[in-house]
Amino acid sequence: MTAEVAVLGAGMHPWGKWGRGFVEYGVKAARAALADAGVDWRDVGSIVGADTVRGGYPGYVAGATFAKALGWQGARVASVYAACASGAQAINTARAQILAGLADVVLVVGADAAPKGFFRPAGGDRPDDPDWLRFRVLGATNPTYFGLYARRRMAVHGDTPEDFAQVKVKNAAMGALNPNARYRKRVTAEEVAASAVVADPLRLLDICATSDGGAALVLSSMEFARRHGAAEPVRIRAVSTVTPRYPNTVLDLPDIATDSAVGAEPAGEPFRASIARAAYEEAGIGPEDLSLAEVYDLSTALELEWYEDLGLCGEGEAAKLLREGVTAPGGRIPVNPSGGLASFGEAVPAQAIAQVCEVTWQLRGQAGDRQIPDARVAVTANQGLFGHGSAVVAVR
Amino acid sequence: MVTGWFVGDGDDFRLLGTRCSACGSVFFPREDTHCRNPGCRGGDLEEVPLSRRGRVWSYTDSRYRPPSPYVTDPELPWEPYALIAVELESERIVVLGQAVPGVTVADLTVGMEVEVVPGVLDEDAETTWTTWRWRPTGVA
Ligand SMILES: [Zn+2]
Repeated sequence: MTAEVAVLGAGMHPWGKWGRGFVEYGVKAARAALADAGVDWRDVGSIVGADTVRGGYPGYVAGATFAKALGWQGARVASVYAACASGAQAINTARAQILAGLADVVLVVGADAAPKGFFRPAGGDRPDDPDWLRFRVLGATNPTYFGLYARRRMAVHGDTPEDFAQVKVKNAAMGALNPNARYRKRVTAEEVAASAVVADPLRLLDICATSDGGAALVLSSMEFARRHGAAEPVRIRAVSTVTPRYPNTVLDLPDIATDSAVGAEPAGEPFRASIARAAYEEAGIGPEDLSLAEVYDLSTALELEWYEDLGLCGEGEAAKLLREGVTAPGGRIPVNPSGGLASFGEAVPAQAIAQVCEVTWQLRGQAGDRQIPDARVAVTANQGLFGHGSAVVAVR
Repeated sequence: MVTGWFVGDGDDFRLLGTRCSACGSVFFPREDTHCRNPGCRGGDLEEVPLSRRGRVWSYTDSRYRPPSPYVTDPELPWEPYALIAVELESERIVVLGQAVPGVTVADLTVGMEVEVVPGVLDEDAETTWTTWRWRPTGVA
């Protein structure tokens, strides 16, 4: 168990398709987080940017890009790329700097202007890149993988497309209450069933869209928070950034084959479950302590997968948990009270930061109409390409 | 494009992987530099043909045209294809591939036996790019 860092401020740029540059979204979110923290940008000792690879060259140097836009003031800088886990790894970089005594206050920013339609690999002919290969050789888009997981759940656990649709119904109802969400309309199971199939058995409303958006956090040492007058801030108690264990026997983005289990026996738990376990161990908590969870619902079926990987229920029991309302508002452990990616869409480097913004507001009791009463412990979970996995535990 | 991933024609068509002589791990796509098993001291990597037949781990399809670098003719109407993830028993590995043309998700179930056959990924006047496809066994 490691020491804690304080979340002094959280801010977002509303998500949508705004048609502007990622720097603008990031700066808006950063200014909101700084204002929320009551910290002057000139007093920030370090800035960490979560990289986008779709925003042109400055996207690869996000930390400095945001620092320049906010006004050069000499802060320490870092930029982090870990695909969908970029935001959580940026938070982890900031936390490590604070715990090491390198900075008292760190600004973390992620923002993106995502393309319409499917994500695709960076340009050029790159046959040694697994992300390029899966598109070139198989035409295997991200929804291909979500479809494979969904169909596997149906075959092994008896989940149905109606179960998947209920995840969307639940998340859309929460997103309708969130002013930062892109989609603010309730959705019915009939509407999910009537939407076009994208990757059997998943339909358009089972799969999250691409979006523009930005999110930012101001993190500090506990000592700075006290000096700053924040006696009981929301605290980050763990950030898990684990890699898989060989042999990884579940087909993962962007690979076209699993590891072989001939030369070594697989670990008992799959990769996603190991991400959550590492966070729980570091925080000294278990799933029974959670008030809420924010997880990557890249597809409706994938949210169910996370219930099991987070230990909210046993293997194969996720659909039952959903049907019983355990993960809905008012249930024992509400999942995605923000509305999730179903309501936000993907703005890759921002979304893991946005998850922590949401749990911060929930733990402070500032989540408005979507507030989970008396929230005390929250976990966020996500997974990025190429074996990146992250989870954050926050407490109050 | 992907040299050394398969070999042979007709019934002799096989996917090619590599196998570590020390721990027996099999790699597909082929790994030619070093064994990736962290508990292995590292052996020679030898080219091996993979099993012809396996069982469906899961499947899906692609109802919308994938973006580049997938090669399709935007002038032609999009024809969805099925994708099958296949578990090979002796290699204990799952390999993703397109189904043969004409096989749809309605023809598939998890656990069904399939076999690998050659297919055409793309062709122009000079070149035909071969790939692998999965086909339910007993289907001509
Ligand atoms: Zn080996």
